Order: sequence, then C-alpha cells, then structure tokens
Amino acid sequence: MFFSFRNGILSVAAAVFLFWIISSLVNWFFLDAVWFGTIEDCRLHQDGACWPFVGVRFSQFLYGFYPSAERWRVNLVLGIFFGAIGLLVYERMPYRSKIVIFMLCVFPLFAWFLLRGGVLWLADVPTGRWGGFMLTLVLASVSIVASLPLGILLALGRRANTLPFVKAFCVVFIEFWRGVPLITVLFATAFMLPLFMPASVNFDQLLRAMVGFILFSSAYMAEVVRGGLEGLDRGQYEASDALGMSYWQSRKRVILPQALKIMIPGILLTIIGLFKDTTLVLIIGLLDFLGMIQAGIADPRWGSPNVPFTGYAFAALVYFCFCYSMSVYARYIEKKYSEGRDRR
Amino acid sequence: MVSEKGETVVEISHLEKRFGSFTALRDVSLRVGKGERIVICGPSGSGKSTLIRCINRLEVPDKGRIVVDGVELTDDVKAIEGIRRNVGMVFQQFNLFPHLTVLENCTLAQIWVAKKSQAAADKTAEHYLERVHIPEQKHKYPGQLSGGQQQRVAIARALCMEPKVMLYDEPTSALDPEMIAEVLDVMVEFADTMTTVCVTHEMGFARKVADCMIFMDAGQIVEASDPKTFFTNPKSERTKLFLSQILEH
Repeated sequence: MFFSFRNGILSVAAAVFLFWIISSLVNWFFLDAVWFGTIEDCRLHQDGACWPFVGVRFSQFLYGFYPSAERWRVNLVLGIFFGAIGLLVYERMPYRSKIVIFMLCVFPLFAWFLLRGGVLWLADVPTGRWGGFMLTLVLASVSIVASLPLGILLALGRRANTLPFVKAFCVVFIEFWRGVPLITVLFATAFMLPLFMPASVNFDQLLRAMVGFILFSSAYMAEVVRGGLEGLDRGQYEASDALGMSYWQSRKRVILPQALKIMIPGILLTIIGLFKDTTLVLIIGLLDFLGMIQAGIADPRWGSPNVPFTGYAFAALVYFCFCYSMSVYARYIEKKYSEGRDRR
Repeated sequence: MVSEKGETVVEISHLEKRFGSFTALRDVSLRVGKGERIVICGPSGSGKSTLIRCINRLEVPDKGRIVVDGVELTDDVKAIEGIRRNVGMVFQQFNLFPHLTVLENCTLAQIWVAKKSQAAADKTAEHYLERVHIPEQKHKYPGQLSGGQQQRVAIARALCMEPKVMLYDEPTSALDPEMIAEVLDVMVEFADTMTTVCVTHEMGFARKVADCMIFMDAGQIVEASDPKTFFTNPKSERTKLFLSQILEH
C-alpha cells in the first residue's frame, strides 16, 4: 500500500475521498435528517433528508392508486410471492419442485384475478390504478419469468441449421427487437397497436406494456443463451447424439444444464437491466415505483429543496437492495455449480 | 471384406464426403461382419475419423450408402436415433458430461433413451464400471478423474447401451503415455465379444485384437488385409512407409 511514494499519495487521497463521501452521506441520510414531523420541519432543516415525506407517501409508493380498501389483495399476492422466494432459496425445502410449478403456473393466474378483480365478489380494479412498487414487481417478475424460456427457445432456433425457416424467423426476431429502443417498443404497444386493432378489441394497457417488455427482453435473453450454447464444447453435442438422445433430450439433460451455468452472469445482467427498465412505463402513463415517487415530489404541498433528493435517494436505496440481493444470489448459484465439477 | 464371418453389421458402399473443397472420403466401401474387429490406421487427414463418424451419422456423407444393422442411414431422424442406440462411440476427447457424476453419465441414456428404470440402469452401469475397473469412482464427477479413468468411464458409458458395434475414434491419442495401457487393456477385454471398429495408431493393440487391418490415405482405403500380412508383407509402398514411420519408435 505504501511501498512507493506514488502509491502512498494515491492511497491517502483515496482514503480522504472515501471518508469525505461516507461522512457526508451519513450526515445527510441520518445525522442531519429530519425523521419526524411535517413539511415545516423539513423546510427548517434543509441539510438532511426529509424522511417524513417518505413516511407519508409510503403506501402510495407501494400500492400506487390501488383503492385502500382493496390493498389486502396486493398484500396477499406480495406475501405469497416473497414467501415462496424465501422457501425456494432454502434448497432442502421439501416439495421444492412443486412450489416452483405452482409459482409458475397457478400463481400468475391467481395473482392476476386477485389484483385485477371483477370476478366473484372482488371489486374491479383497472390496471390504470395499479402503481408503485407493486407495479414494478408485477412487470419485472412477469417479464423475467416469461423471457427466459422464450429466450432459450429463440437461441435454440437461431442455431437450428437444419430448419432454415425457424432459424430465419429467430434471427429476424432477435435482431429486430435488439435494434429497437425499448421506449419505442412501449410507445408502439401503447399507442400504435390499438390503431391496427379493431375498435372492439380493448387490450389492457398494462398487458400491452408487458408484452412489449417480454418480446424485448426475450431477444436479449436469447443472445445471452446463445453465447452459452456456443461456449459449450462441440463434443458435448456429439456425445449426447452418439448415445441416441433426441434433440430435446440432449438439450434438456446435457446441453442446457451446462450452458445455463456458463450463462448465469449474463442472465443476471439481463434480469437486473430489465428490473430497472420497467421504470420506462412512465412514458406511457403507468406510474411504477419511481413514477410514484416523482409524482410525490411534484406535489406543491411538499415543496422543499430536500424532498426531491430524499425521494430519489429512497428509490436508489430500494432498487439497490433488490438488484444487489439478486446479484448475491446469482453469485452463490454460480459458485455452487462450479464446486467439485471443473476440477481436474 | 476380408473375413467372411456370418451376418453383416455395417455395410458402407461408395462413400464420399467433402468439407468445402477438401475431399475427406472418396469412394470408400467397407463391410463389417458380426463379431469382426477392424482397426483403421493412416496419417492424419486421411479420413479415418470421418469414416467412422459417418457410421453413426455424426458426419453426413455427400454420396454413398451406409446400412447399419439392416437399416439404411437417411435423413430420418428417428431412424438415426435408433441406429445410434445400437452403435457405441468413444471419442478422442472422452466427452463425458461434466455436470453429471460418473454413474449418472452411464445411466443417462439408459434411462431416457432405452427407457430403463433407475434401478436397472444403475445395475448395468455398476456392472460395466466394475469391468472397466473403476467401480469406486462412481460418485465422483469426471473432472475429478485422470484422463485414463475418464476414457474408461466413456467406454463404460457406451457399453451400458449394449450396442451391437463399438466405434473408437483415436481413444488413446489425448492420453498421457502412462495411461494408454490401462485404456487399451480394457478395450482388449471387450473386443473379444464385441463388433469393433477402431481408429488408432496403437499397433500393439491392433496386432492383439484385429481381424482386419485397414490403411487409409487421402480419403481412400489403400490396403485392407489380415494383420499378419499387413505387418509383415504390405502390398502398397505407402503402407510400408507409414508402418516404418510409426513402428520405428
């Protein structure tokens, strides 16, 4: 660290800089922050965060404009969602595969009908009233879960040299969606799609955005998966062929398990990108987590210089927690799969 | 071709294969009878690997016919899968599945291709792992084994499908010298009871097991004869030169 004069200077400078950054963050976030009170207190102490703003707006950040009386439905869905994730992280969980199947097949339908309502005695809650963090989670989890299998199929299709039409379709599909900005996709699905549809077909705005996200991200996922497939030794394909395995048997038992392992970092990158990109639904008038925070900031009753900073800092904190925990879990999985297998 | 043993297992006629402008095989015909053991040798690039890779259609020939066990190889995927079940192959680079244990490597195709029960597959796998002398390694992953051990697992994996023909594609070329013997020993043991086509430069092995020696050069079969004639009195000058080059060491 201090071996040479130049390194010494650099180390000291870095330490001073870090100390300055951390101490000002701690001051702003905690020591100088206003923890309780009203907007009046925030206006008096502008050197720190204005947490009462987050406290008052918290339920809106979480639920958007979802009617208060019906918020138990969101709570129930989120409870099951996070509960299942908690159970699945624990690997020795009995019935693990059954939980996965339930979460992938039954839960999305259940969640949709429960959140959307309009069936049984449940009051109708149009998706226009969904918002906040719950909307972010719905968009992100649906797009992530749907784009991975689609991406795998597209990547396999792109490598199917014996099926030229399938291959051509996959190449065009992937290159098209990769060549178009996400904002354009959202605009197109939100405003242009209805122009081409008969007036009687009223496709839900949120569903349209979701389809846009899924198509867009599956193209990216496909390219990541293709990287993994191509990184795999040709001998693996030949060995499984030589044993008489069919195309799908070999993909399922031999090729994908290995390719997916190589691809974990790339998949994670795509997932995290997608999670953050969901914010773009803002431009088609859906207010996700960040959108709700921005709406809150714009409220003149909460006009104080530290309020916008507080809002964005809170958003950053929440996004960071989610992305970082995904990152940690992915690294854990990667490590687990490489143990004892690649040693030679 | 040379030996006239009973029924034909593999019949190759007028095979041609090109890679771009390079002709790997030109007008190659070969008959493998049941129980026959054929050793193919030749300089690199002579088409010997391509030839045996055509037998289970890892390479698709441009011209010619291949009939394996009475079934002609065409583009019919189901027929090819059926033929591959009956043709075991051992590769130069082992090509074990690194994400599966040794035992799982041996049971995978039995369970999913031959539709055997887990218990039956395990039993067969253990039997063959015993016969290649590595029953104690069955719960390890391929990456934890030596090259010689991996190649023996690969042999066991192919044998577990109880194939009618075994194809060996330079099985000892990627091995460290001290591991070659252990693999050849295993191959000799099985050659007695199994129709075998082997591409190799191990002439000691060839002398021991071959019924028929084939020498290939530039995509053609230059010489095919019984091992005794082949080693002592080869007809072609090309064969003589090749033999003198590899036997000198």
